[in-house]
Amino acid sequence: MSVLVYTESEEGKFKKVAFEVASYAKAVADQMGTTVTAITINANDVSELGTYGVDKVLKVNDSKLDAFNAKTYANILKQAAEKEGTKVVVVSASADSKYLAPLLAVGLDAGYASNVVETPTSASPFTVKRSAFTNKAFIFSTIETDVKIVGVSKNAFGLKENAASATAEDFSPSIPENGVHVDSVDKATNTVTIADAEIVVSAGRGLKGPENWGMIEDLAKVLGAATACSKPVSDLGWRPHGEHVGQTGKPVAANLYIAIGISGAIQHLAGINASKVKVVINTDPEAPFFKAADYGIVGDAFDVVPRLTEKLKEFKAQNA
Amino acid sequence: MKILVCISHVPDTTSKINFTDDNTKFDTNGVQFVINPNDEFGLTRAMWFKEKQGATVDVVNVGGPETEPTLRKALAIGADSAIRVNTPATDGFAVAKQLANVVKDGGYDLVIAGRESIDYNGGMVPGMLAELIDANFVTNCISLEVDGTNAKAVREIDGGKETVSTSLPLVIGGQKGLVEESDLRIPNMRGIMQARQKPLKVLGPVDATKETTTVKFEKPEPKGAVTMVSPDNLDELVSLLHNEAKVI
Ligand SMILES: Cc1cc2nc3c(=O)[nH]c(=O)nc-3n(C[C@H](O)[C@H](O)[C@H](O)COP(=O)(O)OP(=O)(O)OC[C@H]3O[C@@H](n4cnc5c(N)ncnc54)[C@H](O)[C@@H]3O)c2cc1C
Ligand SMILES: Nc1ncnc2c1ncn2[C@@H]1O[C@H](COP(=O)(O)O)[C@@H](O)[C@H]1O
Repeated sequence: MSVLVYTESEEGKFKKVAFEVASYAKAVADQMGTTVTAITINANDVSELGTYGVDKVLKVNDSKLDAFNAKTYANILKQAAEKEGTKVVVVSASADSKYLAPLLAVGLDAGYASNVVETPTSASPFTVKRSAFTNKAFIFSTIETDVKIVGVSKNAFGLKENAASATAEDFSPSIPENGVHVDSVDKATNTVTIADAEIVVSAGRGLKGPENWGMIEDLAKVLGAATACSKPVSDLGWRPHGEHVGQTGKPVAANLYIAIGISGAIQHLAGINASKVKVVINTDPEAPFFKAADYGIVGDAFDVVPRLTEKLKEFKAQNA
Repeated sequence: MKILVCISHVPDTTSKINFTDDNTKFDTNGVQFVINPNDEFGLTRAMWFKEKQGATVDVVNVGGPETEPTLRKALAIGADSAIRVNTPATDGFAVAKQLANVVKDGGYDLVIAGRESIDYNGGMVPGMLAELIDANFVTNCISLEVDGTNAKAVREIDGGKETVSTSLPLVIGGQKGLVEESDLRIPNMRGIMQARQKPLKVLGPVDATKETTTVKFEKPEPKGAVTMVSPDNLDELVSLLHNEAKVI
C-alpha cells in the first residue's frame, strides 16, 4: 500500500530532486494514512532519505544498471510497485523520469499526471493540480485508475524534513534486456545543469555576439548558477542548443532567474515563468520582460553585469 | 520505410490562454492553431527520409474535424497522406491507444512524435504508444539516422547528450535539433494545391478508456509589480535578493 517514490542518483549520490520527490511522497502518504517506500538504483548511502520522510528503501545495486535505460528502469520500478502493492508512484520531472514514467504507466495500467505542482487537492477522487500550456495555466485532473503515477514539477514542492529512520532492504529485480543501447554519454562535468540549477543566468541577443559571454559565465560562476540563452542566440550558434530555454526549449523552474538582454517574448516567458524570482537587466525600459520581473534594472549589460559580479563576490566573501 | 508522424494540433505559441464555462473549457476564440512545434521538427526530418531514403510519410491526428486544417498543412509541407482518428483527444493514454491501432493497421516502421505538446505538456503519448506496440523508444531526440532496420539517435539529457543505437520498429519523441530551425518549411502555393488532392482518411475510434479527466482550469495569480533598482545602486539589488527574496 505504501507510496513508492523513485529517488534518482547519479554516480552513487542522490540528485536534489530525489529529496524533493521524497518530501512530496511523504505528504501524499500522510494524506492517505500510509508509509513511504523509496526505490534507489545504484545509490551508495541511502540513510539521507530518512531525513525526508522515507520509511523503507528498496536498494537495487547492479553494475548492469550503471547507464540509465528508461525501459529497464521502468520495469524495475514496476516490479517494486507490485511487490509493495503500491497505489501511488511518485517520480520527478527530470529528463530521465519523464522518459520512464509513460512506460511505467502502461506497465502498471496506471494513469499518469505530469508537471504536478501541489499535493493532491483530494485523495478520492484522486485530484492533482498540474501546470499546462507551458505555465500559462493550471489543470486540475483526476486520475481514475487503481494505481496512479504522479510526476512532480521541479521546485514546486521544495524540501521538507520529516525525520524518520529509513530501513534499507536489498532488492534484486529481474533485469530485462531491451532494444535501446547507450553508446556514449557526452556530459559537461563541473558545470551546473539548467535542470538542477537553483539559479540560472540567461542572456539574449542584447549581448551582440558570442564573444561577450565571458561576463555571463563569470556572473554564473559566482552564483553557482547554470547559464542559459534565448532561442535566437542558440539559432545563431552563439551558444549550444542545450542552453535554449523557453516554450520550445528547456523549461526553467529555478529559484532565481536572471535575464540579461532578453526582450521577454511570450514564448520565452512561458518557459521560464515557473521560476520563483526573476531579475531583468535591459537597456529598454519598455522591454516586455519588466512586466514579468520581480526586480528590474534599466541599464547596459556591458556596464551592469561586471559590476554586479563584483558586488556578488564581495557579498559571498562576507557571507561565506 | 513507412513513417508515421504524429501531429498534435495546438494553440500558436503567441496565444493568450483563456477558459470559458466556469473554467471547464479552453476558449478557442481568436486562437490560431498550429502543428505542435516539436512535431514540426519531426515532420521535417521525415521529409528528409522521404527525399533521401525513399520513405513514405503519413501524418496522423487524434481529434475532431477542427484539426483538419493542421493536417492539411502537414500535407502541404510534403506528407503523402493523412489520417484523422475521429474522437476527442481526452487524455494521453486514450490518444496513445488510438495511435497504437493506426500503427498496427498501417504497418509503420518508424513513428515520429514530439517530446511533448505545448498545450497540455503531458509528455506521455509517445512513450505510452511505444509500450503499447512493443517498439523501441527514444525521447528528447535531437538526431536520428536509419540504416536498414538499425537506427542511431542522439537524445538530450540533463546537462548533455547521449548517443544510442536501437532498431525499428521505433518511436521517437522529437524536438528542435532533429532538424535546424532554418530547415523548417513554409508550405508554398504548389504544396498547398497538392495537399487538397492528397488523401485525408477519417477513421472511427477503437475502444479506449481514458485514465485521467480534466476537471477544471485555473489561471496563475497575477504577478505583483516589479521593483526597479537603479543601475548605480547594485548593493540594493544584492540586499533585496538576500533579505527580501532570500534567493542568494
Ligand atoms: C514558434 C516559436 C517558438 C519560440 N520559442 C522560443 C523559446 O522557446 N525561447 C525563446 O527565447 N524564444 C522563443 N521564440 C522567439 C521569441 O519570439 C523571441 O524572438 C526571442 O525570445 C527574442 O530573443 P531575445 O530577447 O534574445 O532577442 P531580442 O528580441 O532581439 O531582444 C534583445 C533585447 O536585448 C536588449 N538589449 C540590447 N542591448 C542591450 C544591452 N547592451 N544591455 C542590455 N540589454 C540590451 C534589447 O532592449 C532587447 O530587449 C519563439 C518564437 C516562435 C515563433
Ligand atoms: N491528439 C493527438 N494526435 C496525434 N498525435 C498526438 C496527439 N496528442 C499528442 N500527440 C503526439 O504526442 C506528442 C507528445 O504529446 P503529449 O504527450 O500530449 O505531450 C506530440 O508531440 C504528438 O507527436
